[in-house]
Amino acid sequence: MDNFITRRRHHELTVAAGLLVFAIIAPMFIKDVTTLNVIILSLLFAGLAQAWNILGGYCGQISLGHALYFGMGSYVSTLLYVHAAIPPSLGMFAGAAIGGLAALLVGWPCFRLSGHYYAIATVVVGEIGYLLFLNWDYVGGATGVYIPIAKPSLLNLQFGKDKLPYLHLVLAFCAATWLAAWLIEGSRWGYAWRAVKDDVVAARSLGVNIFSSKMAAAAISGAFTGLGGAIYGLYVGYIDPDSVMAGHFSILIALPAVLGGVGTLWGPILGAALLIPMKELSSSYLGGSGRGVDLMLYGAMIVVVALAQPQGVVSLFRRRAHGPS
Amino acid sequence: MTLETILQVAAGGLLMGLIYALVAAGLSLIFGLMDVVNFAHGELMMLAMYAVFVIWEATGLDPMLQLPLVAALLFGTGVVIYRGMIARALSVQFNRGMVQIFVTFGLAIFIRGAAQFVWGGEFRAVNNTLLSGKSWNLGGVYLPLPQLAASVVCLAAFAGLLLISRTEFGRALEATREDRDAVALIGIDRDKIFAMGWGLGAGAVGIAGVMLAGFYYVGPNVGASFALIAYVTVALGGFGSMFGALVAGLLIGEVEAFTAVILEPSLKQIGVFAVYLAVLMLRPRGLFGKL
Repeated sequence: MDNFITRRRHHELTVAAGLLVFAIIAPMFIKDVTTLNVIILSLLFAGLAQAWNILGGYCGQISLGHALYFGMGSYVSTLLYVHAAIPPSLGMFAGAAIGGLAALLVGWPCFRLSGHYYAIATVVVGEIGYLLFLNWDYVGGATGVYIPIAKPSLLNLQFGKDKLPYLHLVLAFCAATWLAAWLIEGSRWGYAWRAVKDDVVAARSLGVNIFSSKMAAAAISGAFTGLGGAIYGLYVGYIDPDSVMAGHFSILIALPAVLGGVGTLWGPILGAALLIPMKELSSSYLGGSGRGVDLMLYGAMIVVVALAQPQGVVSLFRRRAHGPS
Repeated sequence: MTLETILQVAAGGLLMGLIYALVAAGLSLIFGLMDVVNFAHGELMMLAMYAVFVIWEATGLDPMLQLPLVAALLFGTGVVIYRGMIARALSVQFNRGMVQIFVTFGLAIFIRGAAQFVWGGEFRAVNNTLLSGKSWNLGGVYLPLPQLAASVVCLAAFAGLLLISRTEFGRALEATREDRDAVALIGIDRDKIFAMGWGLGAGAVGIAGVMLAGFYYVGPNVGASFALIAYVTVALGGFGSMFGALVAGLLIGEVEAFTAVILEPSLKQIGVFAVYLAVLMLRPRGLFGKL
């Protein structure tokens, strides 16, 4: 049994490495800016969904407030650059630290709540953050903050019109979250977290510390989400509470993981690869009329996938990837 | 603040709180029955408001007089949603909790998009109703009649829901909530009870929507902010507790009204959320929650 798991994990790592090499090289031949933009956003949300998956999928804590960590990450990195001239290549790690810290601060009171109480508390905490940033002048309030355009450089993580370096940046982010999830899956923590998810009472009786398991998962999840927020801010060049902290972002972060398959390594990536291009294409081709056709399509797709593949799209591949179980 | 201001603010909070309570009651009913949080609840309210607007524009019928019609329409919508989607979402073997969250969430987005498709993104308002612009001066406290009527109707609807729970059907509902498998043995059709539960939940939020349309604008996103308040109300009162929804709705109405005056209107929800979190720290299952 152990042998089978080790083999499977090595196999997964090999597949991931192969995909990574492909994802580094293939976009070099794409010149179309719209296509590159869709790939960048897909990779970014694949990474964010993986970050969400660490807490929501492996540890079973359905957070609907991840926009808070995302937004704080992008605000901290941006404000450090604007007010203190700290380059974003460093600032984004401050964003990650803040994201993790915020997740711990939110988790400390909220993890005593279970099920729907927890989910709604996270919605509320996210909404508080949104309202505070909207009314806080130092961070630009509702007007938001522009990231000043600098000479293209690796230090400032600005590359002018060239999209390829951004693509490689988000690819690195996505790969890092995948690797974190992969490491967690095979570690003692990963087993403890899944036990917390499946049966709290049984996990406690086996000596798993429920609270610290949830806190550890939250810190890692929040830190990656904050990092993703910082990268997103850099990429779009302008942030305001509506674009990085609004409640729908929390859903957008969780959705790829849920549609792809929660608690799986490939679910978030698969989910993002399906959801984000569909969302972007439908809003650019159908959303222009402002008549909501894109929203109808988006909503209908969520319903259909959730009902038809309750374990996520990844379950279509599961038999082949996992062997007989 | 003078005593008069305090009374005025408290009265405003009370009127709004009763509407919140009725919106939350529908949500709480559905949750208590089948463990499903309806994330499209606000969108059902929005549909009711648009229905009022459409009927008013076509026939000039006053919102108050449309109440039975629109409530029945929403009842039907609730039953259809249950039969078409929720029954399927409940029958899945894995990830049931997540599937139901995202199925109702997807439905919410769909309805919002459909509303934008049919009526466009702009705000609409029902004008010149029987009550609009009128108010009642109660010893210096000014009570706008549309709001007053809305809160009276909401209170009556609430009483109606409590009365229903005393009937044969209400007992079947309660039994289904207690043990959804055992009721089949004593001849209760669980599926039918669930469908009725959705009908009643949607009907309740429909009534709130009709009354709200008398003094509040209608737009594709109007449901979202009310829904958020409704989730907070239900969690604060305790999932599945109707009485809790009433108490929490009133509490939230008051806290919101006073925060808007003491801090500033744009921060009015912060006070609500802070009170909510504080209560949950002391009572993790809400004020009256058992589930």
